[in-house]
Amino acid sequence: MTRPSLRLVLGGALVALLLVVAAGADWLAPYDPSAQALAENLAPPDADHWLGQDKLGRDILARVIHGTRVSLAVGIVTVAISLLLGAALGAAAGFAGGWIDEIVMRAVDVLLAFPGLLLAIALTGILGPSLRNVVIALCLIGWTGYARLARGEIVRLRERDFVEAARALGVPERRILVRHLVPLLATPLLVQGTFGMAAAIVGEASLSFLGLGAQPPTASWGAMLNDGRAFVLVAPHLTLFPGLAILVTVLGLNFLGDGLRDRLDVRTPTDL
Amino acid sequence: MLRLTLRRLALTIPTMLAAATLVFLLLHLVPGDPVDVMLGETAQAADRDALRRTLGLDRPLLEQYAGFLRGVATGDLGRSLVNGTPVSELLAARFPATVELTVAALVIAIGLALPLGLAAAARPGTWLDRGSVGFALLGVSVPSFWLGPMLIILFAIDLRWLPVSGRGTWAHLVLPALTLGLGMASILTRMTRASVLECLGEDYVRTARAKGVGRMRILTRHALRNALAPVVTILGLQFGALLAGTVITETIFAWPGLGRLLIDAINQRDYPVVQGCILSIAATFVLANALADVVNGWLDPRIGASAARARP
Repeated sequence: MTRPSLRLVLGGALVALLLVVAAGADWLAPYDPSAQALAENLAPPDADHWLGQDKLGRDILARVIHGTRVSLAVGIVTVAISLLLGAALGAAAGFAGGWIDEIVMRAVDVLLAFPGLLLAIALTGILGPSLRNVVIALCLIGWTGYARLARGEIVRLRERDFVEAARALGVPERRILVRHLVPLLATPLLVQGTFGMAAAIVGEASLSFLGLGAQPPTASWGAMLNDGRAFVLVAPHLTLFPGLAILVTVLGLNFLGDGLRDRLDVRTPTDL
Repeated sequence: MLRLTLRRLALTIPTMLAAATLVFLLLHLVPGDPVDVMLGETAQAADRDALRRTLGLDRPLLEQYAGFLRGVATGDLGRSLVNGTPVSELLAARFPATVELTVAALVIAIGLALPLGLAAAARPGTWLDRGSVGFALLGVSVPSFWLGPMLIILFAIDLRWLPVSGRGTWAHLVLPALTLGLGMASILTRMTRASVLECLGEDYVRTARAKGVGRMRILTRHALRNALAPVVTILGLQFGALLAGTVITETIFAWPGLGRLLIDAINQRDYPVVQGCILSIAATFVLANALADVVNGWLDPRIGASAARARP
């Protein structure tokens, strides 16, 4: 094995750091993220409040730290559900072919006729604003990518010699799918899932920014940016720090995804 | 060429139908009774019945669906529940602003991506190439709802070069278009670079070189034209992200387009307007994808015919 690339190390380190911050938010945050200090509202960064205070005087560092938890939780839950659902449907479609394939892939086509974010806005707008509905909306869009990937891989692998060999040995069809083909999906799905998590985190932040996601007083980076919008002229620190947190998180996940892809030699749909 | 265009346009009909069906079903996803949600549970029974009739919710589902499709086909999308204006009028009033913003963002994206991607591919491994890769990576990672406010702070507040928000002069357009276009520019740069690099390795480029064709001419006439097909396809697909992005950009810059209308309608529970906005944005996206395929067919007649068959 060669040495891991810089991207892989950097991405892995960033993501590990974020996981630690999310897990230890209660200990790491210098203040209660919901504790208000109205007299000090919009105070710029100083020695006591390193990143300043928001419109209710809440500590922004504490809210950014707790926001990590919201972002990662939404990202992990969304990717877990949409990956399992998409991979199962895609693998079934690719392996069975026929009408199962037809139904699954037509459903994918219909959903792809919409820009993803637009559909998520519509769904959360109709279902009502909440983090739970954000996850539902993101999963409803997200599974299509994994379904296409899994179907493509299965169709490619289905005719390979080792499958023929298993068939000739009398291995039942279902066992071929579950024991011989599905394990081969793990690597491409892992890479895709890493990028998917970045997309889900941006999706949650976008919806929360539009007021369709996390509701007060939940500390979500997108919701913090929405709060900061009204004060961008007088208190830019409200906008600067939650945005940086999103940027670092997304960069970390993209680095990790790129690194894993090169390391594991996977082609994803984002390639040429 | 005309036949290809017509055939590709005909293929958008089933997609549009599916999109319209999904938009119709949206109203029925409203948790509980949409009439309760809109009027509140304390509303008078007469008012509730009136609203139910206006929305057609008193009729059987299939009849509602048929009525909805007929409305979509004839451009009658109902009336706003807030002020009674026909939805089509509201959409028509806001559509130009969104088109203006989207086209400006597209111009910025293409104007940045093509030269940058081409230059990077022409000199792989140099600082220019690394810079373009870095730009591509940063561009996809910066969320627009952060980039927008940062641009406002820098160019409108600190430097005072451009207005903070609103629509009017050319100056008003610059920051929203940059906010919307930079993400797409970075994706296209990455795509152009990869695609041109691949074409530069082809035999016809070696042949051209052997014939003594100049470096610049090989890049622009031989490599770029062939490299454009995947770029145009991505452009069509990414156009959807651009359209959806207008919702966020219009919110940041108080830009009076469809996206703003959609968010206002959602907040006011004005469902017919919500449906109209989503339907018109989705229709624009479907048409943009068809257009990308037609342009591809024009760039390279070989793929034109197969693309029209393969992708509905």
